Amino acid sequence: MTITEHDQDTTNDTDEPSLEASGRGQGTLPEWVRWAVAAASLAVGGLLVAFLWKVNIPFTVIVGALIYVVAIYLISRTVESQRHAVDRVVTGVVTTMFLLSLIPLISLVVTVVTKGAERFDAQFFTYSMRGVLGEGGGAYHAIMGTLVITGVTTLISVPIGIFAAIYLVEYGNKNAISRALTFFVDVMTGIPSIVAGLFAVALFTLFLGPGTRMGIIGAVALTVLMIPVVVKSTEEMLRLVPNELREASYALGVPKWLTISKVVLPTAIAGIATGVTLAIARVIGETAPLLVTVGTTDSTNLNPFDGRMQTLPVYAYYSYATPGIPREPYFARMWAAALTLMLIVMALNVIARLISKYFAPKTGR
Amino acid sequence: MSTSTQTREPAAAELTTGGRRFGDQIFRGLSTSAGLVILTALFLVAAFLLWQAWPALVADPADVRGGKGLVHYIAPLLVGTVMAALIALLTALPLSIGIALFISHYAPRRLASALGYLVDLLAAVPSVIFGLWGITVLGPGMIPVQGGLVDYLGWLPFFGGTSSPRSMLVTGLVLGIMILPIMTAVNREVFLQTPRLHEEASLALGATRWEMIKQAVFPFGKSGIISGAMLGLGRALGETMAVAIILSPSVRYTSVLNTSGNPGTIAADIALNFPESSGIDVNTLVASGLVLFFLTLVVNMFARWIVSRRSEFSGAN
Repeated sequence: MTITEHDQDTTNDTDEPSLEASGRGQGTLPEWVRWAVAAASLAVGGLLVAFLWKVNIPFTVIVGALIYVVAIYLISRTVESQRHAVDRVVTGVVTTMFLLSLIPLISLVVTVVTKGAERFDAQFFTYSMRGVLGEGGGAYHAIMGTLVITGVTTLISVPIGIFAAIYLVEYGNKNAISRALTFFVDVMTGIPSIVAGLFAVALFTLFLGPGTRMGIIGAVALTVLMIPVVVKSTEEMLRLVPNELREASYALGVPKWLTISKVVLPTAIAGIATGVTLAIARVIGETAPLLVTVGTTDSTNLNPFDGRMQTLPVYAYYSYATPGIPREPYFARMWAAALTLMLIVMALNVIARLISKYFAPKTGR
Repeated sequence: MSTSTQTREPAAAELTTGGRRFGDQIFRGLSTSAGLVILTALFLVAAFLLWQAWPALVADPADVRGGKGLVHYIAPLLVGTVMAALIALLTALPLSIGIALFISHYAPRRLASALGYLVDLLAAVPSVIFGLWGITVLGPGMIPVQGGLVDYLGWLPFFGGTSSPRSMLVTGLVLGIMILPIMTAVNREVFLQTPRLHEEASLALGATRWEMIKQAVFPFGKSGIISGAMLGLGRALGETMAVAIILSPSVRYTSVLNTSGNPGTIAADIALNFPESSGIDVNTLVASGLVLFFLTLVVNMFARWIVSRRSEFSGAN
């Protein structure tokens, strides 16, 4: 991208509209006009949708936005100019797109919270599904399984990920290995989770024969998904550590490894912790790899080296896919599991934000 | 930053002596081996998948699931995978550009980061929850919409027949919502990196905000938008649980999107069938996983290649 290219763009694009528009009104719309138009269009849109069909929020937003775009275009064209009219239309469209994207988020949260609240009780957190048919039961075994497997995953991924990032920033010097590593870590973030699951299955088939299901296999699958996230975030944080700190340390005669472990890492620790927390949040909700590696069970099993375990996402999935009769208690438990999972993920996200906000080193500015 | 990292190296090497060097070597060895472990892991993923898929590749066609051979088993799934991912991409691409623009250039400064966080929250929702939401809320909600599409756009080859809440269209939409956050995040980053001087130069010449965006922001962010779209496409191709829960698959080829007559996707097919499979069936599923692996690998490498090409000669970073 060069400056000259931009200059050409500028002249090409602005020439004709500005000439054409100069004949029209040159006033400016006061700020309140667009809010008034927006409110009026939403009201008209809502009424129209409700009258023609039924009360529906997504359609109200869409129809209201269409009315707004047409109305603001006509008003702005008469008062201001063609070019400003187009600008206002784009503003309207962009804002609508943002509002539209919020609808699924809100709908999803409302659905999960309202449906999940029904079985979100003490029994849900203290009972497993052992011997339970129909009503009752809980997800104790699933919650514990998720915590154990995610814990093992974190134990494997975090050291490997952090050391790989240290290699990239402190030792790599952009040599062939570090360039390959950067590239393939990026590629690894795109590996489908189910493929990671198949890899872990294939790996353990080599040692334990086909058909084995164990917590550790799932942890290995999740490790493949977690490592690239840890490497990326840690690398970014290490690169933010000012070189003056390293040089000051070297000038005092401190060896490189002590510089890294006592100066560089402590400076970046808040960022690294944030990255690790977000990485945990990413893998804790993974379902597909656990489905093919860990399997499912109704009893509590806390040993990742011994047979099937239950995990929260898989629990939710099987409650939906293979419910017993009557179905309602299974679906109620499914939504409660979904709510629990979502709360865990949201909590991890909030913790990550808080760490980066309160423990980040104060910059000079 | 990286250039000064290079100049530091010889100075550090001269300082190391005796016991210190021992600690240095351990640390260096640990870091290097961590890097190599990751590289070998990716290589092993490919190698182990190939090893497990091999029996299915050489098996007698009659023994493979479906009885017609591996190609006949995987081809419809591949079509389904690409179809769902393309619908997702077409939904998410314009939306992500619009949302990213809103956050980077339209929203009030103070609100912008909070709004960005709201979109990021969407990325944090586990895919199994998206699936459950899709089947209980979006699917039924889309029935009148799909009916309307059949009534008014039935002349297109994409709509017709009896609408199903578990159709390819609904699945693609949910996938689109799922890949929206990552694409928005990439676009937002790129838009925010637009050189301030380009923007101000454009505005100073009397351009409106939209004209400034067309002249300064989009040309600068073009490759970023493309690579973000490719990343999103990669995600959509490999997405498993949402598809497994929502889509009701059948083994046919059809361009109609609103019925339950479309083939499933590779990832969902593995998730649905793997737990109950044994013997050659496992190998067949792994073979289809291998196809998916290479497909996403190509898409992701393409995306990363665009990014790296851009960072080399844009001078922005």
